[in-house]
Amino acid sequence: MPDQTVLSLRDVTLSFGPKIIQKNISLDVRKGSIFAVMGGSGCGKSTLLKSMIGLLRPSVGEYHVGDENYWAGSDAHRTDLNHRFGVLFQSGALWSSMTIGENIALPLQMFTNLKPPVIRRLVELKLGFVGMLQAIDLYPSEISGGMRKRAGLARALALDPDILFFDEPSAGLDPITSARLDDLILNLRDGLGATIVIVSHELSSLFHIADDGIFLDAKTKIPIAHGSPRDLRDNCTDPQVHAFMHRERDEEGNK
Amino acid sequence: MTDKTNTGPSSNAPENAPQWRLEGEQNATVMVLSGIWQARTGTIPVFPKDGLPKTPEGHLSFETSGIQAWDTGLIAFLWDLKRVAHDAGISLDMQTLPGPMRQLLELLPEAPDDPVHHKSPRPPLLEAVGRRSIASMTEVGVVSELAALTAKGAVQTILGRSRMRLSDLLANTSDAGPYALLIVGIVNFLIGAILAFVGAVELQKFAAGVYVASLVGIAMVREMAAVMTAIIMAGRTGGAYAARISTMQGNEEIDALNVFGIQPSTYLILPAVLSLIITMPFLYLYGCLIGMLGGFVVSISMLDITAAGYFHQTVTSFGIGQFIFGFVKSIVFGAFIGLTSCRIGLKAGRSAADVGIAATRAVVVGIVGVIAIDAIFAVIADVLGI
Repeated sequence: MPDQTVLSLRDVTLSFGPKIIQKNISLDVRKGSIFAVMGGSGCGKSTLLKSMIGLLRPSVGEYHVGDENYWAGSDAHRTDLNHRFGVLFQSGALWSSMTIGENIALPLQMFTNLKPPVIRRLVELKLGFVGMLQAIDLYPSEISGGMRKRAGLARALALDPDILFFDEPSAGLDPITSARLDDLILNLRDGLGATIVIVSHELSSLFHIADDGIFLDAKTKIPIAHGSPRDLRDNCTDPQVHAFMHRERDEEGNK
Repeated sequence: MTDKTNTGPSSNAPENAPQWRLEGEQNATVMVLSGIWQARTGTIPVFPKDGLPKTPEGHLSFETSGIQAWDTGLIAFLWDLKRVAHDAGISLDMQTLPGPMRQLLELLPEAPDDPVHHKSPRPPLLEAVGRRSIASMTEVGVVSELAALTAKGAVQTILGRSRMRLSDLLANTSDAGPYALLIVGIVNFLIGAILAFVGAVELQKFAAGVYVASLVGIAMVREMAAVMTAIIMAGRTGGAYAARISTMQGNEEIDALNVFGIQPSTYLILPAVLSLIITMPFLYLYGCLIGMLGGFVVSISMLDITAAGYFHQTVTSFGIGQFIFGFVKSIVFGAFIGLTSCRIGLKAGRSAADVGIAATRAVVVGIVGVIAIDAIFAVIADVLGI
């Protein structure tokens, strides 16, 4: 079933009180795909991600995770669905009072009945995936930004989620680290069979890894294009999207 | 045909349990895996460290068709195997693993680096005491230096060479002053009332009930109003300063000030300290009055003292010297709370946990320090005969 839809939004409107962030968002994320949420600064990319991981209830519209209506159920039901999610926050969002190892162990301690040695083994495994095994006993304040991101990724993998959300995974990383992170994401997708939703405006990384996507416009507050970043770059005629994908300045893009 | 079979510990476990066994020749072994290999079940076996014979040039291939379901639990087992095989000099035939398993397994190192430990061993007792003593003496020096810098900032501000923003001072002052009136009032009222109760019990035995007014008056003016107000301000305002400045530290806001050449001591600490120095004496006076009111309410309702008698007894019980004594104390308390809490905020680390530690420490140091300073004042007053 290659075209099975894992996440779907139907006519979703996101708003903070009376202020509308984005409206008429409809999208389908296929199983095993890497789905990019693109757009200029302030267009609501991160807000859309927030809504998809259950931190912001849309004012209008429906959100399905698998066959389940995400917002229709109880809080407990949503928590269960959230266990299918792994989220990498923009700056890692590691809990600063715990070591890296404890950060990854916490979800396992809270939501499984595994014994401490088994948890330790899984923590080592997840850190091994991201190449951070040596930092298991360090505190988040003792490691660099790039390492914090990788540790955040290891924590996102803690409960073996089948849907991963990445908020700006390569922001603030040097090109080499960022390219390595891209390869890691591809490896994890292929290895775990996970579905990945990624918010980013790092074009080179998007062209490299994403195979589907949506483009949000900040001015009209609606999505203006659907498709993979590569496809949008080569075929999209919308001046906004064209400008974004080819790094043109606004006035050139609007000619 | 099978001349060596090594079986996992769970070979007679229930159906679907993860099972493994080694089959085949000395240097062409096959690892046969079957069952459900999921981490959440908690049944993933550990591959024994001596599970493979030491045969250099040996090969190990995989037979995975018996696996019904798997997740990273299987990878954990394969990683064990990978490390043991590496130690035994046996090469794994990765091509016999399905693609996803191979990709994940290839991410994992064969021989893990030694973990970096951040914890240094606990120093011996004497050394720990010594370190603590040096650290606290240093801290006294640093706080004094900070006080000097802040005072210098104040002088420069008056001379117009350095800038403290007046709006910051006003914001800090209104937060430390008017907004604290309610809690300072409630606490001092209750303290006055409690003193009156305590005094009444003893004094009435000697038909000296009217001296309750003197007791409440002297106690409030000399000690209680200043100390209680300072304790409230240490908890309320000192904790807030420490938390605010340590959060700024975490956001690199202090670094930004330094780069612009804006002295944190003038820009941040001066308004904070000054606002406490300005408001504390007024809060002290207000606390005295409210405390006496508390004593008055109890005396009128419980003892046979007239309002005029209470008033007269209060006014004659203490002189202006006592007032000045309390007044000076409250100014010193204000400066102490402001300086220490800002210093603790500046010294704090950059994480969320550090903000909590800084706020706690500011409150503890503030309260203990206020009471210690009050004791010093009591000795000085005794010597001077105030």
